[in-house]
Amino acid sequence: MQLTRRDAILMGVGATFMTALPLHVSAAGEDAIAAFTGGADVGQGDIKLTAPEIAENGNTVPIEVSSETATEIMVLALGNPTPAVATFKYGPLSASRTASTRIRLAGTQDVVAIAKLEDGSFVQATSTVKVTIGGCGG
Amino acid sequence: MVSRRDFLQTSMAASAILGASGFGQWGRIAAQQTLSQDQLLQFESYGNVSLIHITDIHAQLKPLYFREPSVNLGVGDNKGKVPHITGADFRRLYGIEDGSRSHYALSSGDFTALAEGYGRVGGLDRVATVINQIRSERPDALLLDGGDTWHGSFTCHHTEGQDMVDVMNALKPDAMTFHWEFTLGSERVQEIVEGLPFAALGQNIFDAEWDEPSELFPPYKFFERGGVKIAVIGQAFPYMPIANPGWMFPEYSFGIRDENMQKMVDQVRAEGAELVVCLSHNGFDVDKKMAGIVKGIDVILSGHTHDALPEPVLVGETIIVASGSNGKFVSRVDLDVQDGRMMGFRHKLIPIFSDVITPDPEVAAVIDEVRAPYADALAEVIGKTDSLLYRRGNFNGTWDDVICDALLSEREADIALSPGVRWGPSLLPGDDITREDLWNVTSMSYGEAYRTEMTGEYLHVVLEDVADNLFNPDPYYQQGGDMVRTGGLGYRIDISKPQGGRISNMTLLKTGEAIDPAKSYQVAGWASVNEGTEGPPIWDVVEAHIRKQGTVSAPENDSVEVVGI
Repeated sequence: MQLTRRDAILMGVGATFMTALPLHVSAAGEDAIAAFTGGADVGQGDIKLTAPEIAENGNTVPIEVSSETATEIMVLALGNPTPAVATFKYGPLSASRTASTRIRLAGTQDVVAIAKLEDGSFVQATSTVKVTIGGCGG
Repeated sequence: MVSRRDFLQTSMAASAILGASGFGQWGRIAAQQTLSQDQLLQFESYGNVSLIHITDIHAQLKPLYFREPSVNLGVGDNKGKVPHITGADFRRLYGIEDGSRSHYALSSGDFTALAEGYGRVGGLDRVATVINQIRSERPDALLLDGGDTWHGSFTCHHTEGQDMVDVMNALKPDAMTFHWEFTLGSERVQEIVEGLPFAALGQNIFDAEWDEPSELFPPYKFFERGGVKIAVIGQAFPYMPIANPGWMFPEYSFGIRDENMQKMVDQVRAEGAELVVCLSHNGFDVDKKMAGIVKGIDVILSGHTHDALPEPVLVGETIIVASGSNGKFVSRVDLDVQDGRMMGFRHKLIPIFSDVITPDPEVAAVIDEVRAPYADALAEVIGKTDSLLYRRGNFNGTWDDVICDALLSEREADIALSPGVRWGPSLLPGDDITREDLWNVTSMSYGEAYRTEMTGEYLHVVLEDVADNLFNPDPYYQQGGDMVRTGGLGYRIDISKPQGGRISNMTLLKTGEAIDPAKSYQVAGWASVNEGTEGPPIWDVVEAHIRKQGTVSAPENDSVEVVGI
């Protein structure tokens, strides 16, 4: 909300307008999903995505994915200009099929994790992460 | 065979009946005679464990007036549910008689008249008397402080929280969790916490760099009370670095972290906890949602959103207790814990009527001592009000109208923005405004009054952003404050719409013209969360304004049109 002079300058170039509205899925995101799944149906199941509801800092948002039986987990930030975040691969000897990292989010958007399971099926988990310009607590 | 669930519900019904008749009786007593301290504290001990909850004191050591909100709208699943029921509707729901003490303490409506009749509320020396009384019946009762304790007054600001630490230490709490405390800056918080004679808890206080649990704030603590092993798990305010300046405590990360909460509950149960209590600063709706997700919490002592509820709310097998703010209430919760299960409870939200409850002399002495060095500054009269000045309400409060007027005139701005915080006591028409009163509604560690240019489009973004913090239908996306207050700017809000579609009809009040998205406006405000914000302190700005006015007025404010309720 309230702004410093520096923000006002940034605003002039429209930088902070990105926080205005939830960003929508770009064609690039849909393409990436299609390439990963080969067009197969994506269900719910053995994939867990942990992300904050509201980002403390949109430039570095901690996320974690985990699954018991995934061979690959792809993470996408669907509202980013470049949605691809990472694809993690696991083999039969993987001690745990978990990964955590920090990602940059251009604004409020859905982060999605799609896992390819050992049986060849695909499952996904989605989490909306809000990037806000801050407010005033009680 | 009575199941635990039946038991809880029976006991809930019993408490509801007890509560209702109790409230009705209070009404009659008020009409007939003066209420005594004994009546106020009357409570038949129950079970084997007592919890005492106080929260969101905001450094209010002395008795005060505090008007509850008349507008507190709920959205999504919480539409029309407590605490989003106000005024006469609230009284009908709980069987509270109009004009009774409970009307005055718990709901809005006829506030000025009732305040003149029933007097001030709160005062930590009175709170001490109540706590001592409970302890005389239950010597091992647990006293739990929900946070927002070391913030909110002239003396708290000037002693960097030391006044509150000294007074609270005299009350001997067993554990505490946090929110505004962190706006003292991490160094000061660490200094105080390291010396606290009680537990500083927060399962969701993490190290920002490594995203690991913070070492200074343990997630929980065990207590043996009444032969029961009790685990108290702390839950700090989840959105501190967003709602408050994160740059003041960059070492810490928060969040709801309900998965970790579940892990902690499972862990304490595995270690033998027979009763699990969550001392929370989530806010009421967030606690309700969390109670539906995390299994195994018996009691949530809820803070942050300043709601005062005369009965706990039951979610599954968890009871949620909301104990108000500003030292106005103390909750007592007695529990019967048998064979590792909570079998029933008895609850009372005790309003601290300052004229009815005798101050505890020891704590009164500590309060006098911490205030003595500032006595002259606190008492200095800077003006008068001919209106009721209060803050609570989703869209405006008369105190904020005065602050916005001050920003517009003293900072020569088109538009003023004032944060939608929920702390700050009320003043009655005809009251003097002292420096203490002014600081009670403005004091904070980032009170610089900035002046900047914003385009109409950006102002819209700001209003939409704050509105979503309040009216997102999912409580986990709410931060628990109220709408940013606007001076010189009118708008229409449809609370049923999603973000981006709520705010319309933005109008520059001084000309009556529609706000032009492309045009720049001079905007004055305060409490920016951004580092490096420049400007005079807000209390100086408002003091200068009040001194010029002599007597301030806050007429009816109809600049915000609310639809979609």
